[in-house]
Amino acid sequence: MSELTINPGVELRNSRLEIHHFRVRLAIASIFVLCMFMLLFARFFYLQVVQHDYYTTLAEANRISIVPIVPNRGIIVDRNGVLLASNYSAYTLEITPRKIADVEALIDDLSTVVEITPRDRRRFRKLMDESKSFESLPIRTRLSDEEIAKFAAHRYRFPGVEINARLFRQYPQAELFSHVVGHIGRINTHELEQLEAKGIEANYRGTDYIGKVGLEQSYETHLHGTTGVEEVEVDAAGRAVRTLSRSAPTSGNNLVLNLDAGLQEVIYRAFGDFRGALVAIDPTTGGVLAFISKPGFDPNLFVDGIDPVNWKELNESIDRPMVNRALAGTYPPGSTFKPFMALAALTLGKRRPEQVISDPGGFNFGGHFFRDDKVGGHGMVDMYKSIVVSCDTYYYMLANDLGIDNIANFMAQFGFGSRTGIDITGESRGILPSSKWKMDRYKQKWYAGETISVGIGQGYNSYTPLQLAQAIATIANDGVMFRPHIVNYVEDIVTRNRTVVEPQPERTLQLQPEHLAVVKKALVGVNKEGTGARAFAGTPYISAGKTGTAQVVAIKQGEKYVESRVQERHRDHALFIAYAPADKPKLALAVLVENAGFGARAAAPIARKVFDYYLLGKQPTPLKPDEGAAGARD
Amino acid sequence: MPVIRRLTRLLTAHLDTQLLIVLVLLMGVGLATIFSGSNQSVPRISSQVANIMVALGVMYVFANVPPHYLRRIALPLYVCGVLLLVCVALFGEIVNGARRWLYVGVTRIQPSELMKIAVPLMLAWYFDRYEATLKLKNYIIAALLLIVPIGLIVRQPDLGTALLISAAGAYVLFLAGLSWRIIIGLGIAAAACLPFVWGMMHDYQRQRILTLIDPTQDPLGTGYHTIQSTIAVGSGGLVGKGWLQGTQTHLDFIPERTTDFIFAVFSEEWGLFGNVMLLVLFLLVIGRGVVITANAPTLFTRLFGGAITLTFFTYAFVNMGMVSGILPVVGVPLPLVSYGGTSLVTICLGLGILMSIETHKKLVQS
Repeated sequence: MSELTINPGVELRNSRLEIHHFRVRLAIASIFVLCMFMLLFARFFYLQVVQHDYYTTLAEANRISIVPIVPNRGIIVDRNGVLLASNYSAYTLEITPRKIADVEALIDDLSTVVEITPRDRRRFRKLMDESKSFESLPIRTRLSDEEIAKFAAHRYRFPGVEINARLFRQYPQAELFSHVVGHIGRINTHELEQLEAKGIEANYRGTDYIGKVGLEQSYETHLHGTTGVEEVEVDAAGRAVRTLSRSAPTSGNNLVLNLDAGLQEVIYRAFGDFRGALVAIDPTTGGVLAFISKPGFDPNLFVDGIDPVNWKELNESIDRPMVNRALAGTYPPGSTFKPFMALAALTLGKRRPEQVISDPGGFNFGGHFFRDDKVGGHGMVDMYKSIVVSCDTYYYMLANDLGIDNIANFMAQFGFGSRTGIDITGESRGILPSSKWKMDRYKQKWYAGETISVGIGQGYNSYTPLQLAQAIATIANDGVMFRPHIVNYVEDIVTRNRTVVEPQPERTLQLQPEHLAVVKKALVGVNKEGTGARAFAGTPYISAGKTGTAQVVAIKQGEKYVESRVQERHRDHALFIAYAPADKPKLALAVLVENAGFGARAAAPIARKVFDYYLLGKQPTPLKPDEGAAGARD
Repeated sequence: MPVIRRLTRLLTAHLDTQLLIVLVLLMGVGLATIFSGSNQSVPRISSQVANIMVALGVMYVFANVPPHYLRRIALPLYVCGVLLLVCVALFGEIVNGARRWLYVGVTRIQPSELMKIAVPLMLAWYFDRYEATLKLKNYIIAALLLIVPIGLIVRQPDLGTALLISAAGAYVLFLAGLSWRIIIGLGIAAAACLPFVWGMMHDYQRQRILTLIDPTQDPLGTGYHTIQSTIAVGSGGLVGKGWLQGTQTHLDFIPERTTDFIFAVFSEEWGLFGNVMLLVLFLLVIGRGVVITANAPTLFTRLFGGAITLTFFTYAFVNMGMVSGILPVVGVPLPLVSYGGTSLVTICLGLGILMSIETHKKLVQS
């Protein structure tokens, strides 16, 4: 070894060998470098040539965002253009829960900047439970300019909170129209599924609200409009950088109703403290002129989601303001059923108008005594008198003579027991009793004894005020029956095109004009000299009507009903059906006053005010329902 | 005139023209891309121009320092670096969850950056010193010299830097003639250790590797960078969207647009043609480095030059691989292109040393 180190030649050779080894290694490394760069090239080629289209699509999808532009919802006005549902633009303070760790703490913090009431908090909590967390939900609506400025200054403290301008629905008439106009509310999961099933969920992109009840719901497709689309370029944070294209939304159509806001108000006030319902129809078209269910509620509470306290209050109120009495409430028609019974008797040939019966104060059937309302009876009674004084015995006998199935078949023509097809949903069918109905319902055969009380509108009979109104309108219109409709026409806000809800005669009843004349004459008699005479004293027009009283609790046989002894909620319901003017009816109505006692006393005066207002333009002087009442029971 | 010419020649005697042209071209590409990636920010550009000036100054200085001076400082520099790493482990500042910085009087320094030069320099010095009698023992000692700083850097944790330094060290060992049997043996051993290494890794490091395999499993978290940069590269197509026209870039979809992910910006705006051009420029730098290394006069300069060249390659490859989605996301800038003074100075320092090796070889031989 020592030899090698001192021999310069060997050292040189050794060094050359070493350089050679090094260069081999360097060459290998260079090949490695080239291979790796080839790998990079292959990757670039794959991404930029082979997969180019795919990544271009992804880049475009990144860049372009389709933003829906929500159309303005159509407004709803009455026949004279009074606003019933309108929109207003306001600023809301909104929170996106997903972006916030502790929402409660954030709201506490926010309340130091902007006033947040306990009601706002409750409502927001409810909204949070009902919606998906990525949605932005309003904590405060209708911010004042001052509040906006204040929040803007503190904005940096609240990521995930923002101010948005939104259109809000407003119901200026509040509870006056709550049961007919209805209201909108936030779209829930069930409604979303329905929209998807109909294949129109795309039109609801960006829309938070949908009609829940009333016209808002049944005319939803007209009111909503067509959602516009804006293509915007967005950055990674989702901010819109510029608009690429835009197709404007089409506003929803306006609804112009047959209803008269003035009339509604007159009626609502006329009810005083009583609960009840009134439906007034133009008999020649079926147009609904007034539609009241009292008490109503403030539909504005529902627009942004109702808070639990108000909800509980509405839902648990003994007055049940959420129930649409006119549409879904069913009541025994009481004596208002009698004119229809009389018409049945004439049509089926069971009675002649002049045929007289003797009323001993009741009717005995199978050992059961059916009491007449008037102790001792009405004496000799023909058909005219039976209606005018509302003689029960006459109709006990008549019902017995007709038999339940004849009654049912005849009454079915007037729409009793079936939905009228009015243009809002939630209608009850009512009960038109028949032997088939009883078999279907109770699996029992019909007993002849059960027919007797059907004759005076008691028993299983149960109808909605709307059905009664349609039935009396049909008599007023000489048997030509129209489908009741609340909307007069739908107006396209852009073209001003009007789509009129055509008055369609549903059917013409097979009635003899002379039979109708008998009944109509008797109905005029009621208001002239009978149970309605006191309420309609001194009218410049001639009106026709029939009072009725519906029992709330059954009275034991032989026991006399004494109003003062009965609990308020168990008192009888007062009913009245009427039309006027008698010769050329412009308006037919049915009115029901819950727990008010006799129809003549509580219900007829309300009808009087309706006619006075509608036919004479007379504002009623404030007077209690008791005044002008007849002493006699119907 | 001759005086001026002679003076010029004297001043530029130690600069390698070929290398200088390519690196200036790469810096130009960098400036153009930073301009686009920063949404045309002039302050960014002037700041990078200043960085470039400093880096070129450092390069000039090191090109004029003869390699044997470097040999002399190899051991002290290494020892100093390891001591600083120990200090970091003991008193370092935590930034973004990692203990990488050391506060010295007025400023913070990152000793691991220093080790990028110090480790290959130390190993080159070590092999050069025991050149005549290289035995297995020497390789083991060399491996230890490598493992100590790497271990400290991994603990910080800074996996990216650790890998780069490992690579630099491994290149020296490889070029120094480590026997193939050992290389293969180590390869097998490393493969066997993988599960163990996996167990030692931090969660975020594991996540990066998992994300590489399937970026879509966490598209808004760790996969986001990779997904968006891959989209940028892919949507660039053959010729790109044009300078300043990249949608991924200008709508903020690409993160770190002027630093680690600058290649995504370039690739989106210049397409495959631009990428090939960039690969060629990098290959020219590496090729020149290989030539200089092959002709270097001493084992020290050969090993150190080789390590510098291959480290440069590693930077470029890892960065482009990461942006195009074939390597995990590690914080490695694209050499000479990415914005940032530190990496620019480090790279130019290395290239200056390469120039020095080339221009001082005649002096050594004579």
